[in-house]
Amino acid sequence: MDALEGRHFDAVIIGAGMSGLAAGIRLAHFGKSVLILERHNVVGGLNSYYSFDARKFDVGLHAVTNWVPHGTKGTPLAKICRQLRISRDELGLAPQKHGSRVAFPGTDLRFSNDFQLLRDEVRDTFPDQIDSFDCLAEFVRGYNPFDDELKIENARPVLEKFITNPLLREMILCPLMYYGSARAGDMDLDQFVILFRSLYLEGFGRPYEGVRRILRLLQKRFKSLGGERKMKCGVSKIVVTDGKVKALSLDDGQTVTADIVFSSIGLVETARLCSDHPADAIEDDIGKITYVETITVLNRQPADFGWDDTIVFFSNQEKFFYDCPEELVDTSGGILCFPNNYAYDEGAQLDEGFLRITALANYSSWAGMPEEKYLGQKAVWTDRLLEGALHILPSVDRIELERSTLATDMFTPRTVKKYTGHLAGAIYGSHQKMRSGNTHLENLFLCGTDQGFLGITGAMLSGISMANRYGLSSS
Amino acid sequence: MTKDDVKNIVLEIIEEIAPDEDLTDVKPDVRLRDQLDLDSMDFLDIVMELRKQHGIEVPEEEYQELASLDSSASYLLPKFNT
Repeated sequence: MDALEGRHFDAVIIGAGMSGLAAGIRLAHFGKSVLILERHNVVGGLNSYYSFDARKFDVGLHAVTNWVPHGTKGTPLAKICRQLRISRDELGLAPQKHGSRVAFPGTDLRFSNDFQLLRDEVRDTFPDQIDSFDCLAEFVRGYNPFDDELKIENARPVLEKFITNPLLREMILCPLMYYGSARAGDMDLDQFVILFRSLYLEGFGRPYEGVRRILRLLQKRFKSLGGERKMKCGVSKIVVTDGKVKALSLDDGQTVTADIVFSSIGLVETARLCSDHPADAIEDDIGKITYVETITVLNRQPADFGWDDTIVFFSNQEKFFYDCPEELVDTSGGILCFPNNYAYDEGAQLDEGFLRITALANYSSWAGMPEEKYLGQKAVWTDRLLEGALHILPSVDRIELERSTLATDMFTPRTVKKYTGHLAGAIYGSHQKMRSGNTHLENLFLCGTDQGFLGITGAMLSGISMANRYGLSSS
Repeated sequence: MTKDDVKNIVLEIIEEIAPDEDLTDVKPDVRLRDQLDLDSMDFLDIVMELRKQHGIEVPEEEYQELASLDSSASYLLPKFNT
């Protein structure tokens, strides 16, 4: 392996997730020498994959949001393709097949990659709200969430001005919070606008091969541009002198330098790496929203059970819960996801059936649990989540489900922290976002979750915009 | 190097940056933004590709010179011919 000791790069990027890879591509394309450092032995970060029992599972990928029909211009997805010089086809995104659903007590709202469906559902279920809903959509379309001059506002008060029916408000907000808000109970207005567009005005897609397809594409592009990437090579210290990054100390003791550093590992995580910050800096800014997710592998297609939705966002109470639960897992609501239910090319189907159940969880309780309890608790809560899912899904009984189950796995907040380094397993990062990407250091910038763009599409856009702004702007 | 050569170079760059755009009927005297779906991110890329591929610098204050193919050709020709 090539030694890194003493090498200098135009740019070093901490973290080989979606935002880091995208930033690397932009910088390398315009001739910068770029090094991406990744602590884990797999790329992808919060949107990675792992192997279990000879199967590969995606972490995080339920859907790539912002799906639009081929040829649609001016949208986030089109922007990403242009900026990274990749084609739509290369991403291989198949659209969701029939659509998804918000399931609340007594009321369902379906939505799909055609916004009309959601609009029709609102019109049919909440007829007195349809005009307000149209106004809300108009507002979203006209609002520029990337405007630097924007003051931070909360979404709920603004939503309340349009939608007067509380249940409809909750149902509109629920999927957006889950996809996602780093805060309890509400979300920032600009995030609301971004996600309303991503989920409702645009839609869901998924590559047949899952997240690996996208990661392979990004890695290949980065490598072809001369970018260097070192795996199992984390940064243990950002050495600070005179308000600048002077050097990066790596886990193995080597040192590298760079003109500019981009960090995708998180706001608090980055601060704590800096030599001018204590190891326990800004504890209060650590995100409190985290999840468990169970994956059930079936010996048939979910559609064989009558499960046609791609994603179901559900709540068993009219005001959905969105916070750190007191219990290990919140079972009052969550997400059900069927990776099978996308319209893959030529009617292709995944080899096996998959049901993923995601629910809010309590990090400290999971992390603090003695080792001998951990496996047992995973089994207990997997069981409860499956029970809960069967109440929402068209009738299949537990026995039938068990008979069709080939394997199950669950990841917890502890798993997220272990493999991504994101503190408290906060998959949506800190509730403090640094939208400008600036840090206290002149040549250190954030990208990814804590710069404020979430999800696969968001993270790529974040890497692109931060690289453009700080790595490529004419000096 | 003629003005037409410069226009072709700019069109080639646009083709690389925005392969999803139809460039067959681009009018040289009309603003590019009025004919094509190009935003400020795309224009920045045009500037950066000019630097990368042709070593030409366009300072930020002069980005508006690239508004149309005609204006780009007039502005860039002397830079190509130095």
